[in-house]
Amino acid sequence: MTVEDPRTTAVTGLGHYVLGLGDDALVLSERCAELITRSPTIEEDLAISNIALDLLGQARGLLAHAGELEGAGRSEDDLAYLRLDTQFRNCALAEVPNGDFAFVMLRIYLLSEYFILRYAALADSADSQLSAISAKALKEVSYHKLHARDWVIRLGRGTAESAKRAQAALADAEPYFDELFDDTWIHPDLITAGIAVSEAALRDQWQAALDKTLSEADLELPGASRPFSGARHGRHTEHLGNLLALTQSLHRAHPGASW
Amino acid sequence: MQGHSEERPVDKSPVAPDRAEVYEVFVRPRRGLSHTHVGSVHAHGPDTALRYARDLYTRRTEGVGLWVVPAAAIKSSNPDEKDMFFDPAEDKTYRHANSYEVPEGVEHL
Repeated sequence: MTVEDPRTTAVTGLGHYVLGLGDDALVLSERCAELITRSPTIEEDLAISNIALDLLGQARGLLAHAGELEGAGRSEDDLAYLRLDTQFRNCALAEVPNGDFAFVMLRIYLLSEYFILRYAALADSADSQLSAISAKALKEVSYHKLHARDWVIRLGRGTAESAKRAQAALADAEPYFDELFDDTWIHPDLITAGIAVSEAALRDQWQAALDKTLSEADLELPGASRPFSGARHGRHTEHLGNLLALTQSLHRAHPGASW
Repeated sequence: MQGHSEERPVDKSPVAPDRAEVYEVFVRPRRGLSHTHVGSVHAHGPDTALRYARDLYTRRTEGVGLWVVPAAAIKSSNPDEKDMFFDPAEDKTYRHANSYEVPEGVEHL
């Protein structure tokens, strides 16, 4: 009997890429879902829940597609609930803990700007399924950006306390920026073939959008952080394991549980 | 208390009121129909109010248009003056078209 090393059994090629897209959505969705019943007002609670549900819907479509591409019979649930943290391909910015409201909104803003550029490009992907999922997701993440961007500006230009917290959130998030634009986890042929998008190529547009927002918000990028890398290759922060323990515990205790 | 209530000296205009205000929400269910009052939200400013209204009241494709109106902008009739306002209309049946006979051959009336 051979025992497979779970760290090396991963879907490859296009499936691997789509899995990474799905993991970004799934992990950010889980972080947003943690805030349900924790938001400052019932209106904001529902706004964040809606964002979490939109992202979960995107994750389902992407993980199901990744499973089909893999061709080993794994469903979206198998991929969401039965992988180890080292097999997740999401960026680290999606997985770090929520912290305060300033970080919550800043993270949603930063990743929404990123998702917008990615999905807008992928809407023209040569993979028709990926193209369809992206076109739908683009509308959702555009709305998330609108909401979160407004909060970032309001916090930055609000009280001394809110500005301090928004600035601190920016410093906390900055180490995870470089990783968003790292192409090393994407097979280069997929980019050449017009199936995947080069994330490195999105950076200038993303930075320009961020600069504009920060200027409106009276915030400044500290620009002195040590970049984190490796999450796309399975080397995550210590926080993903804890998040997945919560997400996966029910499915692991009661395999196939449904209602 | 330190810092929390202190306004930061800014050179730009405030981006939102200090306190949340109540906004009344109106949804247009379909093109061609009027906006209908559906409820209210608390929000800091009209832009946020519109988004909260979208999240709260159009989750299940209830509408194709949304209005939010500051509740403070609404001048309401006074319940204490209800009799004076509305009772006089009760005995003026001639204001209704009940007693008119529909002429023959008129369609779509």
